[in-house]
Amino acid sequence: MRADSEPAGAHAASAAGVSVDKPSAPAPRRLAQAALRDLPWEVGVAKPDPAIVVDGVTRTFGGLTAVSVDHLEVQRGGITGLIGPNGAGKTTLFNLLTGFDRPDTGTWSFDGRSLGKLAPHQVARLGVVRTFQLTKALSRLTVLQNMLLGAQGQRGEGFFASLVPSLWRAQETANTAKAMDLLQRFKLDAKKDDFAGTLSGGQRKLLEMARALMSDPKVVMLDEPMAGVNPALTQSLLGHVKDLREEGMTVIFVEHDMDVVRDISDWVVVMAAGKVIAEGPPESISQNQAVVDAYLGAHHDAPLTVEEEDRVLAEAEAAIAREQGTDGDVLESGTAREGDPR
Amino acid sequence: MTEFLDALASGGKAALGFQAIFICLLAVGLNMHFGYTGLLNFGQVAFAMLGGFGIGVAVTKWDLPFGVGILVGLGAAVVLALLLGLPTLRLRADYLAIATIAAAEGLRLLFKSGTATPVTNGTQSLSGFSGGFTDLCPWDPTRTFRILGARWDGRDLWVATVGWTIVALCCLLTWLLVRSPWGRVVRSIREDEDAVRALGKNVYAHKMQVLVLGGVIGALGGMINALGTGSLNPDNYQNAYTFLAYAVLILGGAARVLGPVVGAVILLFIVSFTDAALRPLIENGVIPEGLLTVPDVARLRFVLVGILLMALLVFRPQGIFGDRREVMLDAR
Repeated sequence: MRADSEPAGAHAASAAGVSVDKPSAPAPRRLAQAALRDLPWEVGVAKPDPAIVVDGVTRTFGGLTAVSVDHLEVQRGGITGLIGPNGAGKTTLFNLLTGFDRPDTGTWSFDGRSLGKLAPHQVARLGVVRTFQLTKALSRLTVLQNMLLGAQGQRGEGFFASLVPSLWRAQETANTAKAMDLLQRFKLDAKKDDFAGTLSGGQRKLLEMARALMSDPKVVMLDEPMAGVNPALTQSLLGHVKDLREEGMTVIFVEHDMDVVRDISDWVVVMAAGKVIAEGPPESISQNQAVVDAYLGAHHDAPLTVEEEDRVLAEAEAAIAREQGTDGDVLESGTAREGDPR
Repeated sequence: MTEFLDALASGGKAALGFQAIFICLLAVGLNMHFGYTGLLNFGQVAFAMLGGFGIGVAVTKWDLPFGVGILVGLGAAVVLALLLGLPTLRLRADYLAIATIAAAEGLRLLFKSGTATPVTNGTQSLSGFSGGFTDLCPWDPTRTFRILGARWDGRDLWVATVGWTIVALCCLLTWLLVRSPWGRVVRSIREDEDAVRALGKNVYAHKMQVLVLGGVIGALGGMINALGTGSLNPDNYQNAYTFLAYAVLILGGAARVLGPVVGAVILLFIVSFTDAALRPLIENGVIPEGLLTVPDVARLRFVLVGILLMALLVFRPQGIFGDRREVMLDAR
């Protein structure tokens, strides 16, 4: 049922034609978008070439179910946007996928390798790196040192090897050259000897992304890369994210700005109250009633009177009774939100 | 005037003596823990005590050679570091602080207790373990030397020579380590562990290596203290020394290779110099008896050290060697 369909040639061509943002550069190959074009817009749909597969992952904090994802696949080489209202479980899902948190149940894998029992650094060594919602620049290290930390397989990081500089000096020189290249790309090369703590918020976001790239990742998970960044810098960050896709990396990012999501995502996953409530290409999302309800509440025009609220609650309960399963839960979260403004 | 010169000489001797080396090595270890890695070890003196008693017990109770005693002391410090680190290094920094302060106090009381007395001699002190060390002295250990106006006996000079050599080696080791990629990982851990984890570094292993290394350096300090005093009593390893070492570290500048060395020299100089300078002033009536008496001096000098530290933190929070820009970043 869930189409393992190959991308149709015509679709691939039109996909490439749609997004030409750099006239001089070769037309971006939005292979993932083309590959995903024919998939049905339903939750848990199988992707032609999944890099990450999540199965039955749940995480509860006391009585609160923060994440409960039945099945989710992330297409390799594409940009997958993860959106949802505050508290939807996006960051928790990130933490679970990267080993920073342990789920109560479930399995998840990267390239067919289970990530279930791995510590964060082991996940990173497999090529899945992440950034953080609250930027983690290493303040009292210089920008260049921040970058060098990102390089993998450094011989000089062993205790005894570190005492013999000849063992690691050549590697260090190579890493420094690579770091300078990346810094140049991210326009931070002039700052290389400044403490990272003196950078502005936006520059720290750039540094964190550049640092993650030092590890030659296969999957980059960006937690709100654009939050608190001015519009001009947002454009440049967006350009960098698109470049990652061009280089064949899989990008998963959390974002609240729908324009950004529409602009760069090949596929969008919407979470609410810990569940995936919708997924599909970006243009499908704004038409999805469940998404609109999750974001705005089912009734969002005017403050409710007590009588109206009772009526809405009754309707919602009736709806829940009517539609069982995942849809019921969506409405539940919708009714929960109605109470918020008061 | 001669009294002033005598006070200078006495301060100089204290600044180079075994107690300065003891505090200095504690602080060099803490610099590794706290200065570079951000590990809050409030029980550094416990490592020193194990180092000292390692020699003492091995030589006097188990009849082992002096060299083996050193290995016993260092081994005990490694074991303590592992025991403290295994449960706490996966947790937030505070847990290590609690575990170490409790271990330091607990171990001291255990070594003093009746149960441990057959091994440690408890409150009666353990002595007669440093013969193997004195035998190695290239000069006559009973001869008296005059250095910078102060009188040193040959044994003290031997302890100080060996002690400062160890300090120099530990500083060299620190310098080699912190300028390498290993040092970069360790300093990054101080800034933000999670960021380091997300970049594929084994934070736990690095923290454990640092804890063991700093503990071993502290144990060396404890050995110098034991050799300097020539006797071992658990009460010579009060946890106040840990905090004195922190004062030294902050005075000299944390996360600087020579910070703890300069800090220890200055602190010990001030404590001894004020003592030696104030006594004659009181005895000659320059300072009236009603203002200050001789027995007060012993306490007053630490008050002066406290005032000095406060002034330092106000006017030079980075310490003597620190980088002001670096320290100011913390305020954000």
